[in-house]
Amino acid sequence: MLKNYFKIAIAVLRRRKFFTFISLFGISLTLTVLMVLTAFIEKLTNPVYPGDKNNRSLYITRLTYTSKKGWINSSGSSFYFLTHYAGSLKTPVKMAIVSSNSSSNAYVNNKKVVIDIRYTNAHLWDVANYQFIEGKPYTIDQINRADRVAVISERTRNEYFGEGATVVGKFIEADNINYRITGVIKNVPELEEVFYANMYLPYTVSKKDYRDKGFQGDYSAVLLAPSEQLLEKMRAEYEQMTARIPLPDKAFDTLHSNADTYFETYSRPFFGKADNNGYVRFIVFISLFVLLFMLLPTVNLVNVNITRIMERSSEIGVRKAFGASSKTLVYQFIIENIILTILGGIIGIILTVIILQVINRSGLIADLDLTVNPIVLLYSLLACLFFGLLSGVYPAWRMSRLNVVTALKAQ
Amino acid sequence: MDNQLNHSQLITDNSQLTTHKMIQLKNIEKVYRTDTIETLALSSINLDIAKGEFLSIMGPSGCGKSTLLNIMGLLDAPSKGDIRISDQKTDHLSDKQLAQFRNKKLGFIFQSYHLINDLQVLDNVELPLLYRDTTAKERRQLATEALAKVGLSNRIKHFPTQLSGGQRQRVAIARAIVGRPEIILADEPTGNLDSAMGNEIMDILINLNRNEGTTIVMVTHDENMAHKTHRLVRLFDGSQVQ
Ligand SMILES: Nc1ncnc2c1ncn2[C@@H]1O[C@H](COP(=O)(O)OP(=O)(O)O)[C@@H](O)[C@H]1O
Ligand SMILES: [Mg+2]
Repeated sequence: MLKNYFKIAIAVLRRRKFFTFISLFGISLTLTVLMVLTAFIEKLTNPVYPGDKNNRSLYITRLTYTSKKGWINSSGSSFYFLTHYAGSLKTPVKMAIVSSNSSSNAYVNNKKVVIDIRYTNAHLWDVANYQFIEGKPYTIDQINRADRVAVISERTRNEYFGEGATVVGKFIEADNINYRITGVIKNVPELEEVFYANMYLPYTVSKKDYRDKGFQGDYSAVLLAPSEQLLEKMRAEYEQMTARIPLPDKAFDTLHSNADTYFETYSRPFFGKADNNGYVRFIVFISLFVLLFMLLPTVNLVNVNITRIMERSSEIGVRKAFGASSKTLVYQFIIENIILTILGGIIGIILTVIILQVINRSGLIADLDLTVNPIVLLYSLLACLFFGLLSGVYPAWRMSRLNVVTALKAQ
Repeated sequence: MDNQLNHSQLITDNSQLTTHKMIQLKNIEKVYRTDTIETLALSSINLDIAKGEFLSIMGPSGCGKSTLLNIMGLLDAPSKGDIRISDQKTDHLSDKQLAQFRNKKLGFIFQSYHLINDLQVLDNVELPLLYRDTTAKERRQLATEALAKVGLSNRIKHFPTQLSGGQRQRVAIARAIVGRPEIILADEPTGNLDSAMGNEIMDILINLNRNEGTTIVMVTHDENMAHKTHRLVRLFDGSQVQ
């Protein structure tokens, strides 16, 4: 019988080409958007290179002053603040300190090469899991001596020295200063707000004074807990510590500095504030978005289906007269819908793969490697099935209540 | 009720007709209710139809002929009264049982054919078999046979819209007989056809009744057609007048 339902369904879908097209279009488009979106979100929530230890890391990015009068002053943290206060914690085993990106232009054979530079401490190389194609990181000694040494990305190496060149020990010039290369790392996606750069330099060679005692500056830190279990303890310790810091500036009343998970570093600026990490709001927002977004093709499908039932009522009357029970017709109808949504799902998946490939290749976001996650795929197919059922059940129920004689009269 | 048979116009010998009752209608009443009006479409209809009988129903338009046929075919429930088919009560049947009952026992022919235009002739004819335990091969075979009986073997791959009215009605007959039902209910089967085509259809029905012993109830406007059947029942304003 199932085979029959299947056959009938395929026949119906082929006959109603326009309806099939509209429905498939709606379903596959929705799924594509959702899956591309989840591919992005997945990059934010799952540990990815080089943030492999993100699940036991906390990020300190913003330092915000607020006053009762409503003044807000927000920036990065100073090197002094991070070493002096964050550095005093007991739980963290390491603390990476990294400056914000600054762009520098270098010229090779009259070609401009843009290099994004960050100044770092030595712990960065332990906290993040950079993969070295060649050479190794600079050491604490080199940093302490303020040696002009650099770690560069594969991309910068290729642009500056040529594809696949061996460059350790060679010099690279940025802002009229020559740096000796100690290592080359695999490219980091530009989305990585703390770990991405094309050239990493010791903080001691920075032109800005890292000894300045102000709290605000352009550094971020990443604290590494000994284990995932101790992450919350580390966070609590940080909060207690920051609550006791005396305010240097009398114009403000409160200092906010948060130790956030990797995910919260994205959700806080969009959905939260200095005192709210925005995580819950982010989840609620995304869920609502997905629900609304999925609802659209569902409502459309329900609507199309009801119209179609009325249009097919004579056929329904005939089938009932010749022995189809209401239940049989309901099954037939639901199976038609499920086949339709699954077809839409498959088209959606193919579209998604194509679009992700295009995004990856376009270099729109440097070194981003978006993939279709098998779990996302599974959930998407399940969602398809669910909405296929949902959009079929109500119309089918209406159909099953159709009186045979009335159905036959409608032409 | 027996005296109905005595009054009926029997063309052939029907001595065995009195023994087996195929359809029994007792005190059937049908009221259509809408928000504003009530229509009494049928009132106190008592009718027995014997196994193997070919009965025609006549009456002016709107007198309740279709309503009566639909009630006999279990497509519609009466407001009052009992229907027995092959001595079986039908009022307690569930939707599923009704569907099976219709599938096994009954075949319908409608004035406007009611073929499914998106399906080929063969698929249209196979339709009743879909709701039975049959293989695709059996269905194909039975449908081909049924189409041969109505003389349409060369049209099985056509779509209904590619056929004439008479041909469409023959497809509809093939569909009605493909499952070998004991009863055929035909609502003005020749109503949309010219007399030549109408006669063709009538001949098919008469042969079916004679050769296979199928019980046929036919609504018609045509006195000539009606006189070719065993018995004629006339309705007027929802009541039996003859
Ligand atoms: N679904 C319905 N709702 C209300 N009235 C109906 C309905 N079907 C039929 N009728 C009424 O019942 C009467 C009998 O209809 P019908 O059996 O179709 O007549 P016939 O087939 O003899 O022309 C008519 O007066 C018709 O208007
Ligand atoms: Mg009628």
